[in-house]
Amino acid sequence: MIIDLERFFARNRPRWQELEKLLDGLESGARPDYNQARRLHYLYERTSADLARLSTFAAESEAGAYLSGLVGRAYAEIYETRRRKARFSPRRWFFREFPRTFRRHIGAFALALALTAAGSAFGAFALAIDSDAKQVLMPFAGLEGDPGERVHREESGQNQVLRGHRSTFSAELMTHNMRVSFFTLALGITWGVGSVLMLFYNGVILGAVAFDYVRAGYTTFLLGWLMPHGVVEIPAILVAGQASFVLAGALLGRGDRRPRRERLRQATPAVVTLAGGTAVMLVWAGIVESFISQYHRPVLPYEAKIAFGCVELLLLAAFLGFSGRKEEAP
Amino acid sequence: MNGRRLTVRTPEGIVFSWPLAGPVSRMLALLIDLACVGGAFYIVQQAIRVLDMASADWATGIAVLLYFALQIGYGIAFEWMWRGQTIGKRVLRIRVIDGEGLRLTPGQIILRNLLRAVDSLPVFYAVGGVASAVTRHTQRLGDLAANTVVILHQQAAAPELSEALRLRYNSLRQWPHLCARLRQRSTPEEAGAALEAILRREELDAEPRLEVFDDLARHFQGKVEFPAEALDGLSSEQYLRDVVQVLFETGARGRG
Repeated sequence: MIIDLERFFARNRPRWQELEKLLDGLESGARPDYNQARRLHYLYERTSADLARLSTFAAESEAGAYLSGLVGRAYAEIYETRRRKARFSPRRWFFREFPRTFRRHIGAFALALALTAAGSAFGAFALAIDSDAKQVLMPFAGLEGDPGERVHREESGQNQVLRGHRSTFSAELMTHNMRVSFFTLALGITWGVGSVLMLFYNGVILGAVAFDYVRAGYTTFLLGWLMPHGVVEIPAILVAGQASFVLAGALLGRGDRRPRRERLRQATPAVVTLAGGTAVMLVWAGIVESFISQYHRPVLPYEAKIAFGCVELLLLAAFLGFSGRKEEAP
Repeated sequence: MNGRRLTVRTPEGIVFSWPLAGPVSRMLALLIDLACVGGAFYIVQQAIRVLDMASADWATGIAVLLYFALQIGYGIAFEWMWRGQTIGKRVLRIRVIDGEGLRLTPGQIILRNLLRAVDSLPVFYAVGGVASAVTRHTQRLGDLAANTVVILHQQAAAPELSEALRLRYNSLRQWPHLCARLRQRSTPEEAGAALEAILRREELDAEPRLEVFDDLARHFQGKVEFPAEALDGLSSEQYLRDVVQVLFETGARGRG
């Protein structure tokens, strides 16, 4: 049997148009009241039945595409069960969502930390047994030089490279670090293999630089140089690593029998929240690195810079450890 | 779910589907988007030149940040504002939707855009291109992670049957038993193909139009043989219009 299309269209078109209008409103952010929600459900069911009828008894592709589109849009509105926030509040997100997400996935952070620490140990060890490894391990030519010469240059005020370019330098640091962090996060899609390599390599550089300065007897300079920004920048990269492991964990799904799509769906908000947290931390680190870290004795005493770094680290630990804990479900 | 379409079965057992966008249309959309980002950055750069007079350092710093924000934020902002479309996607009539047919969330949009960092490796989205060529739903890695797909988005209008079908006279109707047999022997797909041919006949050039209608007319004549007087003076196209009218019973039921 083939249905009488003209009569079918004439009878049902007003209902389809009503559904279309209702969906337009909902898709532009309107919230339905009880009666509208009931009406939406009714129209969805009727239009679904029309689509089924059309698919069974006729093959009119234009009408089929139209009804399919309508049913698809209504389906998305009716069956979406993920919570839709009334309004995004940056403050609430930063002080509650971000630290709570961080704590919920603390295991992934510990893994990122362990990998970076292992890389640091490897970098220090490699430099200890082979000083020539410096050329291979250091990513920038600036780090390959003698630490003593650099300290002398900085403290005597000879290093004027950044004079008049601090804002640009700060912006470049922020964007560079964010690119590296987001790349580390994105590598979670390689089942975490890329993230492991990236975090280990970051650790290798950090360990090699630190060892180079400590061995040369410039520990105080090193701490004064790295701590003000590093105590935020390094954790930020670790948080990006944490996000990548959350993503990788959802892909691998060890001990979780739900379909991969379902696991990824559940992990997405956490990954995005951690990515946002990373970005905020790196903005702060970029400002501090450009405007505090690059000033050395006698302009800024190392003790003051180290103290500043310690305060930052304490505040960061308190923030990530306790912020938003009050409202947290037990 | 099958082939190059995303098919969703609702809990009520209704099946609906969308055609998926291929790698080429996605690449073209990406090129347009890159041009838009480049253009927007050029405009921003010109605007920032005013700041140059006050502080060249600040102006460059702001330009660096804005370029980064444009690169990362362009896709996120447009896909959120335009429900899965950027300028390039809108031009190419493609759209990002949730892989289950549900509402696209901001988290999904952000995640699929962040993963461009890997999809764009090693040069010009080679990884993403390969991924979308080999995955069932032409998904790049960002789509896989965010559970999104890119569909061809053709906004269909509420259907109207063409006036062309409302004929004053249909010679086939003088043999109602043969009409009934024709309806019985024709599948919905055959009827749909005939209707499509009638509705889109103006899109065809003269020669292919003749061929298409000759083929279809022959096909339907093979199903039911109407007396010669019913077909007297009818072109293949006129015959097919009568057939479609019979199959879909449009308007002139009982007439003729």
